[in-house]
Amino acid sequence: MRIYATYNIKGGVGKTTTAVNLAYLAAESGLRTVLWDLDPQGAASFMFRVKPRVKGGGRALISGKRPLDDAIKGTDFDNLDLIPADFTYRNMDLLLDSADGRHGADGKHGGEGKPDAVPGGKPARKLGRLLAPLAGEYDVVFLDCPPSVSLVSENVLHAADVIVVPLIPTTLSVRTLEQLSDFVGEFKGHKPRLVAFFSMVDRRKKLHREITEKLTSDGAEVAATAIPALSVIETMSVERAPVAVFAPSSAAAKAYRALWGEIGG
Amino acid sequence: MTPDPAGFTADGIDSQAWEEAVAAALNALAAEFSLAEERRGNTAERYASSAGGRSAEPASVSQRSTWLDTFDWRLHKAGLTLEYLPGRGGSELRLASRARAGAARGSASSPAGQDGVPEQAAVQPVTGWQASRPHLLADLAGGPVGTRLAALIEPRALVPVADTAVATTVYRLLNADSKTVARLVVSRPRLVSGRQATPLPPRLAIAEVRGYQVQERRAVRLLAAVPGLSPAVEPLLADALRALGRRAGDYSNKVDAAITGAMPAAAAAAAILLRLLDTIEVNVPGVLADIDTEFLHDLRVSVRRTRSALKLFGDVLGLTRKELAFFAAEFKWVGDVTTPTRDLDVHLLDFEETARGLAAAKPDDLEPFRAFLEQRRRKEFRALARGLRGARFTALTADWRRRLAAVQASSAGPARASATRSGQSGRASVGRAGLLAAERTRVTFAKVARQGAAITADSPAESLHDLRKRCKELRYALEFFAPLHDGAASAKVVGDLKRLQDCLGEFQDTEIQIAEIRALAAAMHAAGEAPAVTLLAMGEITASLAARQRAARADFERRFAAFAGIDGQRRVSALLRGGASR
Repeated sequence: MRIYATYNIKGGVGKTTTAVNLAYLAAESGLRTVLWDLDPQGAASFMFRVKPRVKGGGRALISGKRPLDDAIKGTDFDNLDLIPADFTYRNMDLLLDSADGRHGADGKHGGEGKPDAVPGGKPARKLGRLLAPLAGEYDVVFLDCPPSVSLVSENVLHAADVIVVPLIPTTLSVRTLEQLSDFVGEFKGHKPRLVAFFSMVDRRKKLHREITEKLTSDGAEVAATAIPALSVIETMSVERAPVAVFAPSSAAAKAYRALWGEIGG
Repeated sequence: MTPDPAGFTADGIDSQAWEEAVAAALNALAAEFSLAEERRGNTAERYASSAGGRSAEPASVSQRSTWLDTFDWRLHKAGLTLEYLPGRGGSELRLASRARAGAARGSASSPAGQDGVPEQAAVQPVTGWQASRPHLLADLAGGPVGTRLAALIEPRALVPVADTAVATTVYRLLNADSKTVARLVVSRPRLVSGRQATPLPPRLAIAEVRGYQVQERRAVRLLAAVPGLSPAVEPLLADALRALGRRAGDYSNKVDAAITGAMPAAAAAAAILLRLLDTIEVNVPGVLADIDTEFLHDLRVSVRRTRSALKLFGDVLGLTRKELAFFAAEFKWVGDVTTPTRDLDVHLLDFEETARGLAAAKPDDLEPFRAFLEQRRRKEFRALARGLRGARFTALTADWRRRLAAVQASSAGPARASATRSGQSGRASVGRAGLLAAERTRVTFAKVARQGAAITADSPAESLHDLRKRCKELRYALEFFAPLHDGAASAKVVGDLKRLQDCLGEFQDTEIQIAEIRALAAAMHAAGEAPAVTLLAMGEITASLAARQRAARADFERRFAAFAGIDGQRRVSALLRGGASR
């Protein structure tokens, strides 16, 4: 089972559209795929017409009271399932911290200091452990992460094999990539592959052209494929489906296919 | 998604009624869900017509399949179905359990059957499979279907029993968000025979979308309430066979004639013999096509049973003594014509196991022996085929059927006078089948008990061989009249008798095989086809056969006492008293 995460500290850079389109393409290629919509806003769930609601909320899932398996919903597409968002995910940091920390059921850490304070400690790896039982059922997991620097994102970075970073071609976002690359570089043991790509590229803007042509970054690959800023991508929220479904021969669909060709290989 | 083709079937008597039921089902579902027809291929193509300008075809996909079973329906009896599914991307065999095929919901799962057959289908890709021909287990060796079937079907071949083509249409059931929450799978099967296709009742099933069980259950309930639909309890194969005028399990080598204790003895005797004649005749094409060795075996068993029946109660048929002697001799001839092939079949069927059991010799040493056996069999089989295709056999079966039909017709009334053994008509004590069964079985049992009791450690082998024949006659008598006996009591008696027969059979068969292998060795030697290592290996086989024979002899006394000791005699008496009064 290979875990992909779409991540960026900034919001509005195309994380969800990337997760939705790449997960669809993975499923279409025959890989058994599940997408976990971790963003409490539930945009990915909306795109697949699934209600952003999980029985028992995030608490039940994170505490292990309810297996992840129970929350899975089939999408309209072969091989593609979804774990919906839930509004309680907004508190997921707290849930992850308490799940097996001071309030943990096993009481191992009861009163003995602060395990959550250790970077990369147990709470930071909780999500990865929750996903492990899905290995027999799925070939690919996509995590659509909310924009933030938090325990949730730390969990996602630890769990992922590949971190897909959409970048808007600005100087600032390039700096963010370097920070992320440094952070992941400090991980002990398992280090995810970091792949960035330019998202929402407007070829008419000089700055966009310059940055996409020149960017190199230590430690992070930059995909050759860039996703252009196209209105058809914005239409996804009206069509409530991946681009390749409602506009299979559009430039956007072709760009996502090329990107999946680079990342998913 | 692989939709399960079962669920509900349309009840009507013709295509029009069936289509009305399907339309009613669509209407019932449309009351609560929006329905959208799934388009062919990847689900994305559903949208293709509006965005890409291509016109989407309806998702009616047609799948051919050939249903297979052994001639004696071993898969059906084990609750299994086997389909050969030809496909452009590769053909496959699919083994499924009938419980699953009859499930009411697309996603329903039920526990493993009584025989422990798992619910999941086993699938095995095959290449070069010819759908219209029988296939032996060797043709599917190594795959998951072959592995699962090995113990069940060997040495029988898989023969095609029906061809179907199923056109499937899938509808999505959508909620208010236009999200697919379940699918309706409508299958329209046809029975294919040559260029003809006969429509069979359509089948409807609801396939679950993960996480939407409530909606799926609701859809199943809506379908359950549609008039003209009922839950599918049988696999599609059952519908196909019905259209062919057949049913699964319509062949068995058991006697099971429709007899009662109160019917005239002559009518019961004729019914039993007609049933045996049916079995002989129905096996002839399989024997001649040399599909598998069991056709010949079943034919020979029925011939032996016929000869035994003639001896046991031929006198009640009302034929003259001369006529009885004629038919007995003719059926003996059928036995003799078929014996050499069957003996060679037995050697060849046991060959692998025998080769594996060699202690000193290597299995390969025996290859010239196998080649010799196969060559012999080809020759003997030609003689057998000439016999069964010839006028003598054809005349025998036709005459015999005519005579038996006449007996049945003339004894259709209440029990009346039947012929005595002297050939003269008289009032026999066995006017009714119940009395006939009790009297004749008792006499046969008494012979077994007397002959067996006389056997000592010093008795010659022939006395055991004779006893084996008597036991066989008794076994047949119990089988012929089984419908008149209490099932459980009969099972105990037959079980003890079977173990005694196995012991006597082992004793005699090993002796015969030793003699045959010696003769074959001499023949191979004479033909210059006998390498020294092969003769040594054959010698080793005879030595192990001799050891088995000694073990069988040592086991005899215990087996005989279990069957025909005081307790055994009481059991047989009780069984026959019950039979006579039924």
